[in-house]
Amino acid sequence: MTGLLVFIVLVFIGVAVWQLTKIFHLTQVGAAENSEIANDNDNNINGYLMFGFLAFIYLITIFCVVKYGDLPLMDNSASEHGKDVDTLMWISMILIFFVQTITQALLHYFAFKYRGKKGAEVVYFADNNKLEFIWTIIPVITLAGLILYGLYTWNNIMYYDQEEEVIYVELYAKQFGWEARYAGEDNTLGKANVRYIEGINTLGVDLADPAAQDDKVVNELHLPKGKKVVFKIRSQDVLHSAYMPHFRAQMNCVPGMVTQFVFVPTVTTEEMRQNDKMIAKVDRINKIRAKKSAELVANGGEALDPYTFDYLLLCNKICGASHYNMQMKIVVESPEDFKKWLSEKPTLAKQWAEANAPAAAPVQPEAVEAVVDTTKVLAQVVE
Amino acid sequence: MSAHDHGHHKETFITKYIFSLDHKMIAKQYLITGLIMGIIGVLMSVLFRMQIAWPEESFGIFKFLLGEKFAPGGVMRNDIYLALVTIHGTIMVFFVLTAGLSGTFSNLLIPLQIGARDMASGFMNMLSYWMFFISSVIMVGSLFVESGPASAGWTIYPPLSALPQAIPGSGLGMTLWLVSMAIFIASSLMGSLNYVVTVINLRTKGMTMTRLPLTIWAFFVTAIIGIVSFPVLLSAALLLIFDRSFGTSFYLSDIFISGEVLHYQGGSPVLFEHLFWFLGHPEVYIVLLPALGITSEIIATNSRKPIFGYRAMVASILAIAFLSTIVWGHHMFVSGMNPFLGSVFTFTTLLIAIPSAVKAFNYITTLWKGNLQLNPAMLFSIGLVSTFITGGLTGIILGDSTLDINVHDTYFVVAHFHLVMGISALYGFFAGVYHWFPKMFGRMMNKTQGYVHFWVTAVCAYGVFFPMHFIGMAGLPRRYYTNSAFPLFDDLADVNVLITVFAIIGAAFQIVFFWNFFYSMFYGKKATQNPWRSNTLEWTTPVEHIHGNWPGEIPEVHRWPYDYNKPGHDEDFVPQIVPMKEGEEQLHH
Repeated sequence: MTGLLVFIVLVFIGVAVWQLTKIFHLTQVGAAENSEIANDNDNNINGYLMFGFLAFIYLITIFCVVKYGDLPLMDNSASEHGKDVDTLMWISMILIFFVQTITQALLHYFAFKYRGKKGAEVVYFADNNKLEFIWTIIPVITLAGLILYGLYTWNNIMYYDQEEEVIYVELYAKQFGWEARYAGEDNTLGKANVRYIEGINTLGVDLADPAAQDDKVVNELHLPKGKKVVFKIRSQDVLHSAYMPHFRAQMNCVPGMVTQFVFVPTVTTEEMRQNDKMIAKVDRINKIRAKKSAELVANGGEALDPYTFDYLLLCNKICGASHYNMQMKIVVESPEDFKKWLSEKPTLAKQWAEANAPAAAPVQPEAVEAVVDTTKVLAQVVE
Repeated sequence: MSAHDHGHHKETFITKYIFSLDHKMIAKQYLITGLIMGIIGVLMSVLFRMQIAWPEESFGIFKFLLGEKFAPGGVMRNDIYLALVTIHGTIMVFFVLTAGLSGTFSNLLIPLQIGARDMASGFMNMLSYWMFFISSVIMVGSLFVESGPASAGWTIYPPLSALPQAIPGSGLGMTLWLVSMAIFIASSLMGSLNYVVTVINLRTKGMTMTRLPLTIWAFFVTAIIGIVSFPVLLSAALLLIFDRSFGTSFYLSDIFISGEVLHYQGGSPVLFEHLFWFLGHPEVYIVLLPALGITSEIIATNSRKPIFGYRAMVASILAIAFLSTIVWGHHMFVSGMNPFLGSVFTFTTLLIAIPSAVKAFNYITTLWKGNLQLNPAMLFSIGLVSTFITGGLTGIILGDSTLDINVHDTYFVVAHFHLVMGISALYGFFAGVYHWFPKMFGRMMNKTQGYVHFWVTAVCAYGVFFPMHFIGMAGLPRRYYTNSAFPLFDDLADVNVLITVFAIIGAAFQIVFFWNFFYSMFYGKKATQNPWRSNTLEWTTPVEHIHGNWPGEIPEVHRWPYDYNKPGHDEDFVPQIVPMKEGEEQLHH
């Protein structure tokens, strides 16, 4: 069936091409020469088409801005630094649209205006230092501004004062899911390495480390509003990327090293759900889902759940077959609620002790081999 | 050696069409191979676009092309989706837009436009093509491996590309990918060395560097960037082969996968990213500069006006080339490298906008008050300037580390680089084919079909990539098999359908080009010696190809290549071989 459809579409396209070719041919009537080099007639048609194409570029721009203009995440950021990011984005966008509008107009208008005509006057204009200087210096000044502003915000985002009061949270990525670890009372994350992974200790926390005793591992990320959160990011297998678009935050997860990103969440999940724009967006999505559900039910399937807004952590670095479905819910709440939620979670040490209760003493994980034994490696190769 | 000597060689089918040493034949071999790879690459994009628009639906065409194994019941497997994305990127970037574009036009035009009988080393040139051919065969062959072709993205970041446990495509498929690319790089280096040596040593009398057509400048500088950066990719690939096959730990450390800890310790994937992008970013300009060179030549010829700001154009090519080698880190702002490096790379990256802007303005000024002959090649050249501007401008956002945080690896990036390097370079490729087809095959391509090809392609290119910026800014990551796992993205579904429809129409209309190309090759109107009334040397050679290019002496060059409509001349063009009149001034200096 699809094969037939594809065939029909191809036939239609073929007919369309043939018709278009005919139109071009009909316009050639009366042209004396019959060569494959553009004549005045071709120049005329294509000149007008160039002008039309300018209109097309503007139209598709306007269409996209009107129809999809509310998709971009350029306001409503849920983090402190996000506002700076959005401001810079707006400035850059306006600049880009301005330059785009002008240059495309010049390009296509000239292509239309100076379309070839036999014996047309041409100005021999090969060089002009003043002009070259102007369009070198204008980008220089504009870019200097953008670079300075960009670097200022970049440094604000990337560096934080060690003296500040912060909360340490570890984000842990693996194929194909996320876990998070809170530092607990001492606000220090215990040491960890994939070589400690065993049973429920899925993050490879070194349970012998005193700092690890109060660490808590969870599957849903909760963040307190208004507190600076320092994410220590790890991966257990391949590269992943911790992407939290609503917070304008992203950092890769690299096996073998700990990466870092810092931000202050400023809007709770509940507040974001009450936001007018968000309500409109959720409504729109639910309309789409309702339509899809009706289709599914008609075909004997199950209806989709209605959508409610939640912040999300997505994987944004190709990491394997199920890369497209590697997510974790993020809940931003008041510091009190956050404290309450966290205090109800058991520590990893406790969970570990419970899980290994029959054993007399907590199992000491094997020591890490610091240096790889080369003979072993060779042996593996030989195998 | 004069042309006469060449005549003594006895030509057989094999020496003429297969193991040819003649640069014109090698150019054609590159062109045809590149076009075939192009068909494969574009077809793949149509397949995965269909999956994005209509996720997990069954299509007969999937079953037909991918087979029951890769598309059970006609539904594309999720790792095969990634494999298609990976091979599409690899083929388009390296096989079509590097080898296909540079290989064709550098080979064809360097000897012809500088006045040389052939490349400095015809044998190395032939070897270069055949290694490219072998690498193409291996790359295409990797599609038929049971575990699937490489699927770690065209950037093949380890550990994903190093561990078959992580994704099936990282088994034999990845090995073939690496072998193919290693051969490809060797081929590319031989080609580039040849181009550089030829341009430096074999210019005809009077062809000073400042009289070179901008095409040659672009090819020359491109070859230099290639020589500087491709070996780094080769070493990166070699180290990856070591990690994969011999248990070393250059890129791997602390990995727990499939329930066991691997022995790797002390390596870093970030090292690979640095090495990869040290080629990867210059590669963008390896793809783009030849297209810009071709465009400069075609815009000047068809505007019947000198290219505006020749020296500024050369300076921008050089500036872009230099900067291109010190900006690679902008692909790695969120890789975990030191944020200070992020600052440095933001600075160098945004500087590239300056020479790019100069080029764009110079093109526009060249059109101003010209007598534009809107041949298909000219349309594609103007189209290139248009997409170069649209795509280039968003580079200001991606090159800015602050803004990159939120749009990194989203569809915004996909939109940006497809417009600025994919579509632009492809337009340059098409422009070159339409313009130099008479030189290559002695026949003309059909202009009407050329117009249809251009206008549909131009509309579809914007239709595909313009809306893509918006879904990228909405936070949709690229390389997602389906977006249905996130209700958050449900309102992007109709945009994705729109994009896919444009992609299918755009891809289907390339048939017009292929029809025109192959039909005209045999049945096109016979070309005259200089159909576009151009100044450059290649149009002083006879239509019928001969070894050594010129039947007699190589002509001497007396002026720059852009004397169109020069005051004091009757014709609207003055070829480079015409001596300066008494008292005539070189107006461009």
